[in-house]
Amino acid sequence: MIETMLQTGMNVWADVPPALQVVLWTLVKMLALVLPLMGVVAYLTLAERKVIGYIQIRVGPNRVGPRGFGQPIADALKLIMKELIIPSSANRFLFLLAPLVTLAPALAAWAVVPMSDGLVLSNIDAGLLYILAMTSVGVYGIIIAGWASNSKYSFLGAMRSAAQIVSYEIAMGFALVGVLMAAHSLNLTAIVKAQEGGLWNWYWLPLFPLFLVYFIAGVAETNRAPFDVAEGESEIVAGFHVEYSGMSFGLFMLAEYINMVLVAILTSIMFLGGWLSPFDGIPWIEDWMGGSSIFWLIGKAAFFLFMYLWMRATFPRYRYDQIMRLGWKVFIPITIVWLLVVGMLVMGQVGPWFD
Amino acid sequence: MNAIVRYFKSLLLWELLVGLRLTGRYFFAKKITIQYPDEKTPLSPRFRGLHALRRYPNGEERCIACKLCEAVCPALAITIESEQRADGTRRTTRYDIDLFKCIFCGFCEESCPVDSIVETRMFEYHFEKRGENILTKDKLLAIGDKFETQIAADRAEDARYR
Repeated sequence: MIETMLQTGMNVWADVPPALQVVLWTLVKMLALVLPLMGVVAYLTLAERKVIGYIQIRVGPNRVGPRGFGQPIADALKLIMKELIIPSSANRFLFLLAPLVTLAPALAAWAVVPMSDGLVLSNIDAGLLYILAMTSVGVYGIIIAGWASNSKYSFLGAMRSAAQIVSYEIAMGFALVGVLMAAHSLNLTAIVKAQEGGLWNWYWLPLFPLFLVYFIAGVAETNRAPFDVAEGESEIVAGFHVEYSGMSFGLFMLAEYINMVLVAILTSIMFLGGWLSPFDGIPWIEDWMGGSSIFWLIGKAAFFLFMYLWMRATFPRYRYDQIMRLGWKVFIPITIVWLLVVGMLVMGQVGPWFD
Repeated sequence: MNAIVRYFKSLLLWELLVGLRLTGRYFFAKKITIQYPDEKTPLSPRFRGLHALRRYPNGEERCIACKLCEAVCPALAITIESEQRADGTRRTTRYDIDLFKCIFCGFCEESCPVDSIVETRMFEYHFEKRGENILTKDKLLAIGDKFETQIAADRAEDARYR
């Protein structure tokens, strides 16, 4: 019964023209990436509220479903059912385009992220450049949203966010140059493979300042606390998305959380050896823990996501000029100095990282 | 030397780590949330909730329409009308409390010479129609009858402080 069904399925598939086969197969792969991602984002919002609640000695949402596990679904339903209000003096086209312009690059960047050896949508050689390009494009959505809303608060938020993201992009780029020098490759899979050989072979150790700079710049890039001046609810209401409601607001939210997960995963890939097990090369623990797999990557990313929430619950928002100072006068000098150090280490072929 | 120490402390995010450690400790602290509809906080016998008019054990209403509560009410929420009964006693014909005006200060209860108007522990109530915010004499007496044991117990506990 099942065999005949499979057989008919295979026959139907063989009749599909090859060009369409490629399109369909790509579509399936995209869905296989995006759908779990949506789930992660949904439960990241719950985790955020729970973690912040716990840190504030509260219990967080626990009414919808067992222990609050239905909360993200209820939130999503609420957002979908709410009315989409477009301010009368807003630019309709750009106003509706902006959330999509924010969301599309956030999703597109995932195409080159390797989840495990070979488990990647498109294993292109310039993966690192592609990531930098895609994460930078996201700021256009924020600027367009702020401008199209025709509200001074939105506009202020957009200007802040633009200046902030441009500033931190530089430090982030320099931090990634360090990784590139160490790994001799822009391909993310190759970068992970260059770190093979256990905890002490990963790049966090020789590139420690770059590691910190990259993660902090990543927090700033995603407009999260303590760098969330673009939202600044106590100063400019909600920044660039004051005028958005319903699902158009939901898309901004989605893009923000997708970017958070992306930064967490990229930090793990670039500095903590991606899917590699920290016990590589230690004979008996290696066998016991089951070696390298996607679960290590998930664990490392979860750690960085928790750091995101922990930092949000701990630190007050930076003043705007302090953000600029940190970006230009602290991070950029640190990265440049450390690039020189890394250059010397690479020249001297200091092992185990650069030999 | 101090400047150097401070420089490296800020470079190594020392103070930020101290802050993270503090919030990290609270992450594991015992949670103080009261799950309201399931758990409730203890209420004082002096709790000032919904109003009630009390009766004597023989069923006679206590209120003698002295209108002290009406006079003392800072929000002008109480309206009283009275007339003489056939047996010569003075009783209210109308005793309304507008809950939209009432600020639950408890002055009416304090001013009452016969412990008639009291505030109960009841604080969970709602209105569905316009006009339900007016507590009439009948409603007040009904509330009093319903919670008389609790009201009497609370008065008895508080009596030695009066």
